[in-house]
This record gives sequence, structure tokens and C-alpha cells, in this order.
Amino acid sequence: MTVLVDASAPDIAARLGALSVPPHETVRPPEVGLVMVQGRIGGDGAPFNVGEATVTRAAVRLASGEMGVSCVLGRDPEKARLVALCDAMMQADLAPAVEQEVVAPLRANLLEAQMLCESRTAATRVDFFTLVRGED
Amino acid sequence: MYVAVKGGERAIENAHRLLAHERRGDRSVPEVTTDQIAEQLTLAVDRVMTEGSLYDRELAALAIKQARGDLIEAIFLLRAFRATLPRFGSTRPLDTGAMRIRRRISAAFKDLPGGQVLGPTFDYTHRLLEPPVSDPPMPATAPAPSEPTPRVSDLLAADGLIETTAFPASPDGAEQPPGDLTREALSFPADRDLRLQNLARGDEGFLLALAYSTQRGFGRTHPFAGEIRLGDVALEMWSEDAGFALPIGRVTVTECQSINQFKGSATEPPRFTRGYGLVFGHCERKAMSMSLVDRSLRARELDEEVKAPAQDEEFVLSHSDNVQATGFVEHLKLPHYVDFQAELGLVRRMREEHARRAASSGTANVVDDTREAAE
Repeated sequence: MTVLVDASAPDIAARLGALSVPPHETVRPPEVGLVMVQGRIGGDGAPFNVGEATVTRAAVRLASGEMGVSCVLGRDPEKARLVALCDAMMQADLAPAVEQEVVAPLRANLLEAQMLCESRTAATRVDFFTLVRGED
Repeated sequence: MYVAVKGGERAIENAHRLLAHERRGDRSVPEVTTDQIAEQLTLAVDRVMTEGSLYDRELAALAIKQARGDLIEAIFLLRAFRATLPRFGSTRPLDTGAMRIRRRISAAFKDLPGGQVLGPTFDYTHRLLEPPVSDPPMPATAPAPSEPTPRVSDLLAADGLIETTAFPASPDGAEQPPGDLTREALSFPADRDLRLQNLARGDEGFLLALAYSTQRGFGRTHPFAGEIRLGDVALEMWSEDAGFALPIGRVTVTECQSINQFKGSATEPPRFTRGYGLVFGHCERKAMSMSLVDRSLRARELDEEVKAPAQDEEFVLSHSDNVQATGFVEHLKLPHYVDFQAELGLVRRMREEHARRAASSGTANVVDDTREAAE
């Protein structure tokens, strides 16, 4: 799920196209709403409310009974539906196929993007020297 | 007081048509798209998300376009939109210690474990206007270290030199839900959770000026920028359906930990105290201002004398919200004709009395001129 919520709807749909998606119904059509984002005082203390974020949630049930739910940041109904569908398929015997055909390639793409971002950030690593250094 | 007026429909409709025309500008110049705003005016988008108190880049970009770049108007639009949506719940408190860092600096520690990275910053630029580069060179890359990046406050806490904000969990392990000023009106004194929520959505300019005032001597708190970090954090939300916490995605936040002096008290040894700032997106000036003002507002808790505006929580928290402020200041331009007619009548009567008394005593200075027309 951590991979799917970070991926885009077209990317998930393209990967899901490689699988035969089982019959399913939308139990809860995608609905846009808000969540209150909490932080912690001082980073590690008691919680406080930072502000809200838009989310879309959905629920999908396979004909075989497995129920999948999703709640994803943003206002993309198709993404919420696809993530819920993948969640349902992950609970059925399709889990290995979803992992291999959908989640693993998306994870690899996200990891590649993250590594690029990290290496660009690393190039801005700075070592300041004080003019009179207090150590050797 | 504003009283209802009638009429003016055609003028209002035509004014809005004119507004749409002016917003479009010269029609021979290509129209700016919300994608362009979201991608190229990112810091304006971040500010609107933070002060609009709604994390949604596309909506913030749309609001900026509709508001013709007036950020307070855009913040107002975002707040109004937010009021139309149901709230599904709260996320679990985000963990800035697990942030995917894009910038991390400390003005207090030169050799920070995990290193300092400048990231995309205006710092050290020459502030010279230059012709824009439409296709800048690709960024440099370097091997990324895998060492952990602990918060600076955790480093000092190990020696007991700084206060900790860690708090004991209640016996059943459950945390008290924080106060929420969008659900219940603020009352004073306000606890720190409510103060931080108020500051997080407060006006950057107002908080910047207050933070500056504390540095200039109006409630000194001797701050250091202990650590500023920018990056992405994962959000999770409890799901009733699933019965466990679901990941919902990642948001960009800026965090500032200020380190401030504390002279100690009869029962406490001298140590550093902390101020905290946390905002959506990349809003560094705002996060720093927030942490300084947060520390100032702890005067009561730390037994410091409250004598400066930045230490007065009712003053700060009641005036930090730019949507409230602009509403009350700008409502003055709406028709106040009945009010003004009443005041006009009052001033005329006072002038008559003044003239009568002046004529009878031969002098004008016996009148009580302290009375206000608005009384």
C-alpha cells in the first residue's frame, strides 16, 4: 500500500492491465474529503493539528468476497478506486501476481526517483569551516 | 455596522466581467496554466497551502490564478473550499525524524551527524536580477550517504542541556486528541497544541514581524536556528474498514527547531529551551518565525515576565489569521450608509452644542471634546 499510494493512477492502471482483473463491484464509490494532519510538538511531543489535506477514499469488493479499501491524498477518484481494487486483490490468491506485476515495478520506479532526488540533495552537502578552528 | 443594501446587480455583474477580463490580461500573451503555477511558482503554492490550511497543490495553484496572484485572496478561496468537504478523520502524528530530507541545516552545530545539505535555497545567492534561464543545467549528483539524520534536539537532550518535549503516554497508551480551533473557538489561556495550530495557519508577514520584534528586544529569547529541515514525510490514517492504519501518501513539510536560552529557576537548572515550527511545503521563513513566536508564547509556562506583544498570546493568536483580519479590515469598504448617517447626525448635534456653549461662556475650551463621535 505504501507503494500504491505514492504512484499515479495511470501508472497503476498500466501495470494492472498486465493482469486479468477478477470481477468486482464498487462498494463505496470514490469520495473526496479531508483529513486533519497531525504533527508533534517539538517533533517528538504531544500531537497538534498542522492543517488539513484533501483525500479520496473508496472501497471495492471482489466477486469472491474480498474487500479492499483505500484512502489516498489528493482528489483523484480513479486512483482511489485502483488502490482499493489492488488492496482487495492482495487479499485474494492474486497477491503474488499483484506484487510481481504491479507493486514491484512501481516500487522500482519510485525508488529510482527517490535515489535521484537523494543524490541531487547529497551534491549540496556542505562542510563549513570556522576560521579559527577549535579542533585539530 | 454593516447593514443590508439592495440594488447594484448590474454593476456587480459587470464588475465581475471586467475582473475576468483584467485577470486574463493582454489576450495576445499566452494564458498561464495552473500546472505552470504549481510547477514554477511552487513557493507561492506552498504559502497558500500552509495559510489556507489545506494541503492540495492543484487547488492552491487554481486559487492563485483565480485571485490574480493575490495570495491572501487565494488563501481565502482555499479556506472557503475546505468548508464544503466532509472530514474523514485525522492522520497519525507525522514523524519528522523519518523525513526524506531535501534540505537540512543547523546554525548551531557545524558537524551535524548525518550532515548538512543546502538543498534548493536562495541562501548565498547574490540577489541580482538576471535574465531567466528557460533550460537550466541538470542538477549535480553525488553518492547519497545512508547515515541516520537525528534531530538536533535529540543530540542535546542526551546531555540534559535542553528540555525534552517527550511526554509520558497515558496508562492505556492512548493519546489525548489535540485541541482543534476549526471545531471549537479559541479561548484563553490556550494550550501549546492550539497555539501551534493557530501559528501554523497564521499570516507569514505577521509572524515574521513578531519574531523580528523578539530579536530586537521586545521579549528577548536569544534564539539559534538549531535545525531547519525540509522534506517529505509519510502520512497514515486509521481505517475503520481495514482495522489498521493505512498509508495515504506523502506530504512535503518544513520544520524548524529553535534553541533558546533559559536562565533556570529556583527548582530548575539553567538549560536550553525550544521553540517549534512546522508548516506545509517549503515555507522556511514562516517555519522559523513560527518557532520564535512559539517560544515567546511560552513565557507564562517558563515563568518569564510577559511584557512584549510577542509574549501576549491573546494579542498574537487573535490577530494572526489573515482571512479573519482581511475580513474585518476590508468589510469597512462595504456600505455603512446607515451607520454613517447616524454619526453624521451626532457630529452635527455636538457641533451645535459646542457653538451654543461657546457663545454663552465666550470661550470654546469648556466643551468635553473627549467624547467620541462613535459613542
